[in-house]
Amino acid sequence: MTQTLSDFLVPEAVDLGVDAEDAGDVIRRIGGKLLSAGYVRDTFIEAVLERENTIPTGLPLSGKHNAAIPHTDVEHVIRPGIGMATLLRPVVFKNMVSPEETVEVQLVFVLALEQPKSQIEMLQEVAQVLQRPDIVAALMEARDLEQVHAALQSSVAEKS
Amino acid sequence: MGQPKRILVACGTAIATSTVVARAIEEALSDRGIQVITRQCKATEVPSLVQGMDLVVTTTPVPANLGVPVIQTLAFLTGIGKEAVIEQIIKALVPSDHPV
Repeated sequence: MTQTLSDFLVPEAVDLGVDAEDAGDVIRRIGGKLLSAGYVRDTFIEAVLERENTIPTGLPLSGKHNAAIPHTDVEHVIRPGIGMATLLRPVVFKNMVSPEETVEVQLVFVLALEQPKSQIEMLQEVAQVLQRPDIVAALMEARDLEQVHAALQSSVAEKS
Repeated sequence: MGQPKRILVACGTAIATSTVVARAIEEALSDRGIQVITRQCKATEVPSLVQGMDLVVTTTPVPANLGVPVIQTLAFLTGIGKEAVIEQIIKALVPSDHPV
């Protein structure tokens, strides 16, 4: 089984232990890195921010840390990839399924998706990671890209 | 069993979460011997696409009173309450289908 999430993770857009002001700050930061690395168009950041305002992506998880998966329409993406941030302190995202509720988020995956069906395995892996509090915890503790990949390996290795 | 059941799977953009949810529903139900056909859409498209569907499963709010049962859940993304939601889906699709 290919390690699709690890393959799509854009090294230049992985930021660990970030001290962010708010959700917008995280999105601008990681979105900016995806832009510099050539994965998204210059309309991407604003589109993600706008989307997050009306169709939020905050996800309460079963462990200590919650996540968010901001993204936007495919027209703002050049090549598919994922940016990631782990935050020193939680920032507020609105809850995807109940937008009137807030979620304190510390793990953010910014998804630059080009075509949903061709990235289904990558998306399934993102969901699998979110369903494993031990992997989320390992990502939160990662201090470098190698440790991030090591944490993600366990989501792949245990698929049978 | 008759025709496969039709499930409309909605999310905000119709590109990310509905993809994962649709696949997870298909697998979970097929494991239980229930055939379904899923269709993905954006939440805003639900009212215009709901005709002929047996169920709507969505990760984001949709209008009420669609005439079709709606299950609003993150369970297929976060894993929280997944088994319970699968049972809910089965009940909504095959309310009287219990093995004798």
